[in-house]
Amino acid sequence: MLRTIRVLLAILNLALIPPALADEAALRAEIAKLAEAKFPQVESVIEALAASGDPAAAPVLTALREGRIYWRKSDLVVVTGEKAPKRSLILRDPLSGEELETVKSREAKKVKVNNGLRNLIDGALSGLTLRAPDAGTRLIAAEQLFKTRDPETLPALDAAIAAETDEGVAAEMRDARAAIILQDADASPDASRVAIARMVERGDADARTILSGFGSDDPMLSAAAQSGIEGIDRSLRLWGYGQNIWQGLSLGSVLLLAAIGLAITFGVMGVINMAHGELVMIGAYTTFVVQEFIRTSAPYLFDMSLFIAAPLAFLVAGFVGICIERGVVRFLYGRPLETLLATWGVSLILQQAVRSIFGPNNREVGNPSFMSGAFELGGLTITWNRLWIILFALAIFAFLLFVMKRTMLGLQMRAVTQNRAMAADMGIRTGWVDAMTFGLGAGIAGLAGVALSQIDNVSPNLGQSYIVDSFMVVVFGGAGNLWGALAGAFTLGIANKFLEPFSGAVLAKVLVLIFIILFIQKRPRGLFALKGRAVEA
Amino acid sequence: MMKRLHSQLLGLVGAAAISVTASQSMAQEDTIKVGVLHSLSGTMAISETTLKDAMLMLIEQQNEKGGLLGKKLEAVVVDPASDWPLFAEKARELIEGNGVAATFGCWTSVSRKSVLPVFEELNSILFYPVQYEGEESQRNVFYTGAAPNQQAIPAVDYLAGQGVERWVLAGTDYVYPRTTNKILEQYLMDSGVAADDIMINYTPFGHSDWQTIVGDIKAFGSEGKKTAVVSTINGDANVPFYKELANQGIEATDIPVVAFSVGEEELAGLDTGPLVGHLAAWNYFMSADTEANDDFIEAWHAYTGDENRVTNDPMEAHYIGFNMWIKAVEAAGTTDADAVIDAMVGVAVPNLTGGYSAMMPNHHITKPVLIGEIQDDGQFETVFETAGLVPGDAWSDFLPDSAPLISDWRVPMNCGNFNTETGKCGSAM
Repeated sequence: MLRTIRVLLAILNLALIPPALADEAALRAEIAKLAEAKFPQVESVIEALAASGDPAAAPVLTALREGRIYWRKSDLVVVTGEKAPKRSLILRDPLSGEELETVKSREAKKVKVNNGLRNLIDGALSGLTLRAPDAGTRLIAAEQLFKTRDPETLPALDAAIAAETDEGVAAEMRDARAAIILQDADASPDASRVAIARMVERGDADARTILSGFGSDDPMLSAAAQSGIEGIDRSLRLWGYGQNIWQGLSLGSVLLLAAIGLAITFGVMGVINMAHGELVMIGAYTTFVVQEFIRTSAPYLFDMSLFIAAPLAFLVAGFVGICIERGVVRFLYGRPLETLLATWGVSLILQQAVRSIFGPNNREVGNPSFMSGAFELGGLTITWNRLWIILFALAIFAFLLFVMKRTMLGLQMRAVTQNRAMAADMGIRTGWVDAMTFGLGAGIAGLAGVALSQIDNVSPNLGQSYIVDSFMVVVFGGAGNLWGALAGAFTLGIANKFLEPFSGAVLAKVLVLIFIILFIQKRPRGLFALKGRAVEA
Repeated sequence: MMKRLHSQLLGLVGAAAISVTASQSMAQEDTIKVGVLHSLSGTMAISETTLKDAMLMLIEQQNEKGGLLGKKLEAVVVDPASDWPLFAEKARELIEGNGVAATFGCWTSVSRKSVLPVFEELNSILFYPVQYEGEESQRNVFYTGAAPNQQAIPAVDYLAGQGVERWVLAGTDYVYPRTTNKILEQYLMDSGVAADDIMINYTPFGHSDWQTIVGDIKAFGSEGKKTAVVSTINGDANVPFYKELANQGIEATDIPVVAFSVGEEELAGLDTGPLVGHLAAWNYFMSADTEANDDFIEAWHAYTGDENRVTNDPMEAHYIGFNMWIKAVEAAGTTDADAVIDAMVGVAVPNLTGGYSAMMPNHHITKPVLIGEIQDDGQFETVFETAGLVPGDAWSDFLPDSAPLISDWRVPMNCGNFNTETGKCGSAM
């Protein structure tokens, strides 16, 4: 039985492969043409390799796409090169992978590809990998065919659908097939009708693209396509609202992260800490330092880097916060204007210090693999990093709530906030509580920095861009109330995201600010007002 | 109380700033002083600090070659701290207080506009090394960066040649992107692109939440026509923009982004793996394969003591501008501003991409235009290069107000905005 299949497969292969390129020598001859090749020559080589149908060509095409194909300047031999330390290259045979030699980088020249050629390679690879043993590879090939929609691949695609065992891959292949048929002016009306139905069923933006590109003389078919487009538009509009809400939640979570530390220092203690943004920045730089350390000494830990960075960032930023409180802020209690100026000065000192230590440029903080990319949920595109950041923000919120309501420190904090003199009489070391509260707020800012390093630049200016937003959230939500910060952040985030499509990003920001100004006129203490030192002062 | 605090807060956020002067002037009589006016602190320090280092290196190299007119050059470095009015003050300090023969500096257009009156009033020379929106030509300023026709228009031409039919013009909301996009929009409409196929989008400085806009771009690109993004997004906003692009799975093969403000320096803060194939248009890439460039990079690494430091386009602009100034001073035999300004026009010096750049009568220079694709090592690979040098055009031909204007600082015209329709110096604007 197995034998029969093998024989059948062999026959099928033979039938697919044109005789000219059936053997390795012909493949090699084609690859050799890549030496000194300009874009048009490279294009013809890619086409020839694709036409060969030889699976052995696939790794070569992949290497070419990734810019790993070189030619040796001395004898024009085409090789794959792997970068090695000290600007050198390890050269390998492109087909067998056998190691040839290690040369200086400048002794070999890379075969350049541009976007057009990359597209061509993707198309060629999808033809070659439709029957690959790995289902993931086949899925990528099918998705690629859906994009390129080349009618010539139809026979190969039909064969692949017949042989496909994985249901998901087969569905994607059928979608690709429908897309190709709708592209093809010579397709039969019956086939087109089935294909339109298939696209309507798919119902996403890609399907809409294909349907809107479909033209036919048959009024029945055109009408079917048209009504399909309208149906898709309706559902896309609904999903659009969902997407806005999701993005609003995500923006809200970023605002919450930036503001929640401030909700403690400003909200609970009533200290205007202009250096809050810089504490966020310190958290982000801690993440950078942790990642650098992991990169050089323990690369396998990279995916864990954020988990290691988070507690460290909390401690480092918290420590800096306590230093600020003990060194500057405690002498200025009850003098908000001086506090503001002094902490503004501290923020400039911190910025310039970081600039002197790490340089003024952005630093690279990588996304761990579980935070990269996106997934589709119905018509929503959800990026992993945003999802994790929302969860992270909520976790921090829950943690803070726990500290405030369920721990001794929280109890003392609330006591000092409500009535300092009486708290002192009860034996609470108010100075110590002040330092701890400030440190807690600062540490939370550091945690925010870990999350923000995933979506923003890690540069000395990081903090500045968040300070105004954070104050906005705390003032709007109501100083001194954690729930206020939560409600404020998500309200502002969602409002911003619903305004943005209509008004543009610049005006959306302005409108939100105007709204807050009007709101504060009406309710000076924000959404959730609380009694405390800040109110009495 | 809350209310008052809040308003005080907002006022102070805007107003407070600090300046640190790092003046390195020393009382030496027989030196020629060269001013370096780049921000070393504040938001622009990210871009400008490198240019200060590059200038110090160039001056040191010149001194090793024996200086200029038999004297040593001496750099006077001041820090305008990314604060636009401070630029004017520091420029005055350089010229009046230190008596510099020429100044190399500024990055943003607003900082350049702020120092213009000072250089005019005190009749001194400024070399401006950054690509800008054009629509300006001053007697005292030499523009060594690209004008829009030396960057934006060739980039659009290249993409159109790659089959792009729909365009997203995305920029930060200030003068350079607005003017460039106005020029590009007119240029695209002139070449037959329908208004429906152009989407223009502006974002505030330092914008960090790109979800909506990237989503819009994705939707705009799914209408069946090949779409590209022309980005004049500035500075720090680029990193979150590219991260969002990568995360939403937009690859360069689907929707390429061509940027005018993203160079090697900006990519240093990014994992460029997912960005391979996105483009940038400049007049120089660090990857340029020439002897002059190899020497320059080697010298730069030796000077900074850091093998990983990158070089970029504005650095090359200073390299060209500095060498032009040296040549003009040698030709004039003096550092007197009037004599040097006259001697500058027509001076040609080698650039780093294997050709010569010449100073033209409109105080802009000739440059090659390169289109590069981002590689996974953070470098660009040139995929297109203009056949010859492109002369910088101060007044764009694609804006109705500036189309009839030309600039020629030679006698007899001696005018930066000569109107060919009215035959008079000075535009109708």
